[in-house]
Amino acid sequence: MSELIRLTRRTALLGAAGVSGLVLTGCDQLSRSSSFQRVLDTAQRLDMGAQRLLLGADQLAPQYTQADLSPWFKPNGSFTGTTDDYKRMLDDNFASYRLTVGGLVRHPLSLSLDELKALPARSQITRHDCVEGWSAIGGWTGVQLGLLLKSAGLLPQARYVVFHCADNLGGGPGGMYYETIDLTDAVHPQTILAYAMNGQPLPVPHGAPLRLRLERQLGYKMAKYVMGVEAVASYAHLGSGRGGFWEDRGYQWYAGI
Amino acid sequence: MARKVTFHRHSPIVRMTHWINVVCIVVMLMSGFQIFNAHRALYWGLKGADADHHWLALPGGFPAWATIPSWQDLATGRTWHFAFAWIFLINGLVYLLFGLLSGHFWRDFRPTGAQLRGIGHTLWDHLRLKFPKGEEARHYNVLQKFAYIGIVVVLPFMLATGLTMSPGVDAAAPWLLDLFGGRQSARSLHFILAWSIIAFVAIHLIAVLAAGPINEIGSMITGRYAIEPEEETEA
Repeated sequence: MSELIRLTRRTALLGAAGVSGLVLTGCDQLSRSSSFQRVLDTAQRLDMGAQRLLLGADQLAPQYTQADLSPWFKPNGSFTGTTDDYKRMLDDNFASYRLTVGGLVRHPLSLSLDELKALPARSQITRHDCVEGWSAIGGWTGVQLGLLLKSAGLLPQARYVVFHCADNLGGGPGGMYYETIDLTDAVHPQTILAYAMNGQPLPVPHGAPLRLRLERQLGYKMAKYVMGVEAVASYAHLGSGRGGFWEDRGYQWYAGI
Repeated sequence: MARKVTFHRHSPIVRMTHWINVVCIVVMLMSGFQIFNAHRALYWGLKGADADHHWLALPGGFPAWATIPSWQDLATGRTWHFAFAWIFLINGLVYLLFGLLSGHFWRDFRPTGAQLRGIGHTLWDHLRLKFPKGEEARHYNVLQKFAYIGIVVVLPFMLATGLTMSPGVDAAAPWLLDLFGGRQSARSLHFILAWSIIAFVAIHLIAVLAAGPINEIGSMITGRYAIEPEEETEA
């Protein structure tokens, strides 16, 4: 009997090591194969299709209370803007900041921070989920993106909204942060360009003077240091053509999961 | 010595869904370890990040041989995890529907009164790796029944806790957050359930090896299971 147990344990360990080795070698090969990645990517279209079906257009992300706020909200990614323009704006406390709204719109806009703050504001306490796995709860105040797009008048060809940012997270050329979302998310009531966090002006590590809140998706979609909003028909011409800084580095464009 | 008799043990649907599930669970565990390695702490409640109180931290993370891909790559790990989640979901639905509609669960998983009364004896036999022979081996024993019921319950909870981590699903079904006590609790439960699946697989494999791997694995491939006749005398 003890012989059987020994044999069993040895077989089991050898078996586990063998299986793990085989699985890994195979999966590593497949992970490097771009055609297999494309097969796996089709599942992402299923993720988005299923969520859009379940969600509808206006279903709100859960909102929380003051008591739920994270005592310390972890900043991540870039901790400041990096362009010369941004550094100048930092010096004058964003008095010279202008948000541009352009692209496929009838009336391009250019708005100062005070002009943005004079527009109807929306406040929400929401949970921020990082793709890494952690969550933090914060309060945000800003202008609904839908309101700005309505004032600018979207042209019928417009399908996506691009956020042009002032932070170079990648370092060097091609490292500028950018993001894209579709119009369903752009006009969602909780989609705001926030200038305040927890009742204070948006801190620099969190994207001052203006950042996107996109509450039904992960943190990397929520561009910080937003300088320009552009309506486009396609995002194929931007970066590597996958629709965002992290998307160009392999992450999913639809980050609702 | 009497000849072995063989009989039909596993239906084609059970065999097919079993092996698809093996592939899904292996890939999802290993890509799951990859995802965990991107943030190596677990919390209870709605929120949780570096400054919050964690109940578990594994600063070393899981080793390269246990993750898909073997190098640190959250994006690729997520792609694998979510693609196989769809196969796991469809395969699981086929299995559950079959088990319920065909009567497989009711007929084969329901412990009999005699089995429940003899549970202590069965447990003692199993600990000595002594398995039923003869007529008794035609049916799942009481420990098998509980283990299979357990895994059939655990796997849907694995799916539900996984979905609760999705900000999109949370907007569509906020009751999931209430059920599991918040997103970070769901993440912790997902991790604990993953280890309960590993424990199930380990015990399952030991039992298969001890009970005769050729016959056991063969029956899950061909459906035919051989029964050894009961020994008349035992020394």
